[in-house]
Amino acid sequence: MLDIQKIRADFPILSEKVNGKTLVYFDNGATSQKPQVVIDAISKYYQEINANIHRGVHTLSQLATDAYEISRGKIQNHINAKFSHEVLFTSGTTFGINLVANGFTSLLKEGDEVIVSALEHHSNIVPWQMLCERTRAVLKVIPMNEKGELIMEEYDKLLSDRTKIVTVNHISNALGTVNPIKEIISKAHAVGAAVLIDGAQAVPHLRPDVQALDCDFYVFSGHKMCGPTGVGILYGKEDWLNKLPPYQGGGDMIKEVTFEKTTYAGLPFKFEAGTPNIAGGIVLGTAIDYMNEIGFENIQAQELELLEYGTKRLLEIEGLNIVGTAENKTSVISFNIKGIHPYDIGTIVDKLGIAVRTGHHCAQPIMNHFNIPGTIRASFAFYNTKEEIDAMIEAIKKAVMMLS
Amino acid sequence: MNIKEIQDEIVDEFSMFDDWMQRYEYIIDLGKNLPLIKDEFKTEDNIIKGCQSKVWLQGEQNDDRVVFTADSDAILTKGIIAILIRTFSNQKAADIIAADMGFIDEIGLKEHLSATRANGLVSMIKNIKMYALAFNAKNDATL
Repeated sequence: MLDIQKIRADFPILSEKVNGKTLVYFDNGATSQKPQVVIDAISKYYQEINANIHRGVHTLSQLATDAYEISRGKIQNHINAKFSHEVLFTSGTTFGINLVANGFTSLLKEGDEVIVSALEHHSNIVPWQMLCERTRAVLKVIPMNEKGELIMEEYDKLLSDRTKIVTVNHISNALGTVNPIKEIISKAHAVGAAVLIDGAQAVPHLRPDVQALDCDFYVFSGHKMCGPTGVGILYGKEDWLNKLPPYQGGGDMIKEVTFEKTTYAGLPFKFEAGTPNIAGGIVLGTAIDYMNEIGFENIQAQELELLEYGTKRLLEIEGLNIVGTAENKTSVISFNIKGIHPYDIGTIVDKLGIAVRTGHHCAQPIMNHFNIPGTIRASFAFYNTKEEIDAMIEAIKKAVMMLS
Repeated sequence: MNIKEIQDEIVDEFSMFDDWMQRYEYIIDLGKNLPLIKDEFKTEDNIIKGCQSKVWLQGEQNDDRVVFTADSDAILTKGIIAILIRTFSNQKAADIIAADMGFIDEIGLKEHLSATRANGLVSMIKNIKMYALAFNAKNDATL
């Protein structure tokens, strides 16, 4: 069992007041809060070793480069990548997806197919639509059932030798559904298609093993897993990364530049043009160390307890309907209350110190599927408590009273 | 009453409330009492972009005045529209264009609303002024 109070003391923001009330932060799906070690590591970097990396011969540059590359190694180890050069630093999940979608431009031809799922975030839809527009490939969508689970029989029917890449999230941001990605990956491979997994919502809850999953690409952001904003990871299998062309040109990604021809650097630098978010990259390693110290088994146990308790308490509210009731889901509860717009509830509970997300959660197709304008989403992290859930329930009851 | 007088009256009403709860309850009441927009005006074209909730706004010319009707699927939004309609409906186009919007800050609406992702209140005001500008231009052309 985790000592939650001890963990909460690691997060200074959790004792802040918002609108005069003690903050209850249930918008972890959007971004997690940061522990003191992460906040300190950012300062420490700028105070002690700030220098540009992979360039200078001077000591500071070496120190910064070492710290950056050590962090890459930590991340490699965390996701069990075969090589550290398969771990690319990016600015976040969205950038990683765009990099791959862009790289596939020269690999697709008219009539080829790209498969996404009905559960995707806009970030894992729009870049593929743009790819399809460029190449005249066709976008196919794995549908979902009323619980918010992907219908695997339909996926089977979509797969063919025309399928070139399948791109799905590990966990849905809007509903919390955990997708059967291992099955999705092996079936895609059986028809010769590549697979990208959007792990943005998974990495705060679990430790992905990219070799066991056998995915070709796995992308995620640092800021949802206790790390800083503006840094993320694109894991890609070595063969695929060698096959894809560079995404951006610039410094650090070249081998030799002349006006006649430029040759590119090897992995991972070929995809890391320009000065990166050095502090972010280093501190993502700190965040991962922090989460591993707490332990993902402990994190999952605490979050499951919150999910079960939150679900039970929310269902006590009359007219409340939970959207997304997958058998296998993480600590995300999306819901609506009959006759009340989610925006109204969100605004009132915010005044009571409760931070939840309202709206379409950048997943409009999901809202259209359920024929709703949006939902209220409470997403719990391991540092949340049952007492906070009680405070949210009281706030919702008060809001309902005011609004009906 | 002219726009300035109505704005002063609204600022006065809001100054009576001690806390945000009362203020919100009042906005909710205003929303519930907003006169209905005709169904024929609840079209895709009349939806204001940039709001988390759906907002329909329709402006019509009635002699030298502009008449606004509106609706929203969220009640707080509807209450805010009600305040804007009370201020701007049945006023002259030129007055609407020239109106100062400082009263929004005075009643403490902006601090509550601009925090939401899309700046819906700004979009609503912009749309109201756009209607007035269009009618004004039309009137000038027919002179």
